[in-house]
Amino acid sequence: MQSIPGRRIILSLFLVFLLLPIYWLVNMSFKTNTEIVSTMTLWPNHPTLANYTRIFTDESWYSGYIHSLNYVVINTIISIAFALPAAYAFSRYRFLGDKHLFFWLLSNRMAPPAVYALPFFNLYSAIGLFDTPWAVALAHCLFNVPLAVWILEGFVSSVPREIDETAFLDGYSFPKFFVKILVPLIASGIGVAAFFCFMFSWVELLLARTLTSVDAKPISAVMTRTVSAAGMDWGLLAAAGVLTIIPGALVIWFVRNYIARGFALGRV
Amino acid sequence: MDKTVNQKAWFLVLPVFLIVAFSAVLPLMTVVNYSFQDTFGNNQFFWNGVGWFKELLDPSTDLGSRFFASLWRNLFFSAVILAIEVPLGIIVALSMPREGWRVAACLVILALPLLIPWNVVGTIWQIFGRPDIGLLGYVLNSIGIDYNYVSNEFDAWATVIVMDVWHWTSLVALLCYAGLKSIPDAYYQAAQIDGASRWAVFTAIQLPKMHRVLLIAVLLRFMDSFMIYTEPFVVTGGGPGNSTTFVSIELVKIALGQFDLGKAAALSLVYNLIIIIVCWVFYTVMTNAGADRSRTEGAA
Repeated sequence: MQSIPGRRIILSLFLVFLLLPIYWLVNMSFKTNTEIVSTMTLWPNHPTLANYTRIFTDESWYSGYIHSLNYVVINTIISIAFALPAAYAFSRYRFLGDKHLFFWLLSNRMAPPAVYALPFFNLYSAIGLFDTPWAVALAHCLFNVPLAVWILEGFVSSVPREIDETAFLDGYSFPKFFVKILVPLIASGIGVAAFFCFMFSWVELLLARTLTSVDAKPISAVMTRTVSAAGMDWGLLAAAGVLTIIPGALVIWFVRNYIARGFALGRV
Repeated sequence: MDKTVNQKAWFLVLPVFLIVAFSAVLPLMTVVNYSFQDTFGNNQFFWNGVGWFKELLDPSTDLGSRFFASLWRNLFFSAVILAIEVPLGIIVALSMPREGWRVAACLVILALPLLIPWNVVGTIWQIFGRPDIGLLGYVLNSIGIDYNYVSNEFDAWATVIVMDVWHWTSLVALLCYAGLKSIPDAYYQAAQIDGASRWAVFTAIQLPKMHRVLLIAVLLRFMDSFMIYTEPFVVTGGGPGNSTTFVSIELVKIALGQFDLGKAAALSLVYNLIIIIVCWVFYTVMTNAGADRSRTEGAA
C-alpha cells in the first residue's frame, strides 16, 4: 500500500482531534462540581472517584447499563442469525424480485427513526412488549438486519462458488455445509457484521428511549437525570458518559485484529 | 459469476423478510393511516384526505414553511459534511501505517467515536464547547474569538459540523482503509515500473479500487446525516432560534411535542420518500458506473 507524504503528521493530528474531547470528558469525570465550575485545569487537582461511586452504588444508574447491554446483545444475535441465510441467497441465487427485495431492505436502513418512534410505541404496547429489552431489540432490527445482510452478502460473494459445489458433491447437506464450511470461512465477516450491529444498536437513543419507561430504560436515557433544579451535575454526567464509552472500547479492543483482518478479507 | 435462478432461495430470505416487514410495514401502515386523518384527542379520528400533504407542500402555510426551511437546512448540512468527511476519510486511510502494532492502535482510536452513544457524543461536545467549563470554548475565547454556540448561529453550525466530522469521518476512513488493503502489491509494482506519479497511482489504482467501499460510505453518511437527530438536539436543541432545527428535530417537535399526528405522519412520509429517492439515484448511478468500469476492464 503506497502512502502519501506527511502522512504521520496528518494521521497524528487527526488522532489528537479524535481524542481531545474524550480526554476532556475523562478529565471532568474525576473532578468535583465545584472544581469544574470554578477552575480550568488540564487535569484534576483533587481527583475524586465520588462520581463513579455514585453510579455503581445507585441501582437506577447501573441497571441502565445492564438494560442497554441486554437489548444490544439480543439484537446482534437476532440480526446475524437472520441475515446469514439471506446473505447467502442474495449472493448465490437469482429469484423472483431479488433486486427489489434487496433495495427494499436497504430502504429500511434509510428510514429515519423519528418517523417510527410513535408507531413503534403503539405497536409494541399493543403486543405487550413495551418496556422490555425485546421491544428495543426488535425495533433495532429495522436497520441492523438490512445492514447485516448487506455486509455479509459481500463476504459470502468473496467465497468461491466451487467450494459450495465441492461440498455438495462430497455429500454435505445444506445445513451441514452452512455450519461446517461456510460459517468458518466467513467468520471474520460475521465478526465485522456483529461489530456493526452492536455499534448501531448501542448508540441509538431515540427508539430505545421511546420504547422503554422503567424496567428496560437504557443508560443513555438515565443520563438525562443529571439535569436537576440545582443545575447540571457535570461531574456525574461526565462519569456516566465515560462509562458508556467503555463497552464500545472493549469490543473494539477484543476484535481489533479480527476487524483489521475482516476488513482486509477482500484481498483474495 | 452468473447466479443460478432458484426460487427456493426465497425460503432463505423469508426470515429476514418477515422480521423486517414486522418492524417496517406495520408501523408504516399506521403512519399512512394517520396522514389522512385529523384527530381532536380521545382517539376520535376524522377523514382529512390529502389535506395535510397539501399544507405540507405549500410553503405559504406554517407547516409548509417549517418543513421547507428544515429541509434546505438539512440538505445543506448533508452536503457540507459529505464534502468534508469523504476527502478527509480518504486522506486518513492513505495515511494509515502499513503494519505492526501501530495499525491496531490507529484502528482502535479511529473506531472509538463510532461506538459512543449519540447523546453522549452530544454531551461531550456540549461540554467541550462551553466557554466556561469546556476546553474548546475556553481556548477559543481566550485567544480572542468570541465563540458561543448557544447564542450565535454561525458558532452553533460550526459546532454541529465539527462534531459530525469528529464523529463520523472514522467510518469513511475505515471503509477506505479496507478498500486499500484489498489492492494487490503487484499493482503498485507495475505502477512503479511504468514510472507512474503519486497522483496517477491514486486516480488509476487506489480510487477505482475504493469505489465499492466509497459507495457504501457515501450512502451511509448521506442517510445518517439526513436523519440526524440526537447529537444536534443535545448540543443546540435546534437553536439558536431554529437555525439548527433539522428535519428529524422538526418532526419530533410536531409529533411528540404538539401531538399533531396527521401533520407529523404526512411529514414522515414525504421525508422518507425523499431519502429513498436520493439513495436510489446514488445507488443506481454508482453501481452503473462500477458495471461500466468492470466491463471495460474485462474487455481490456
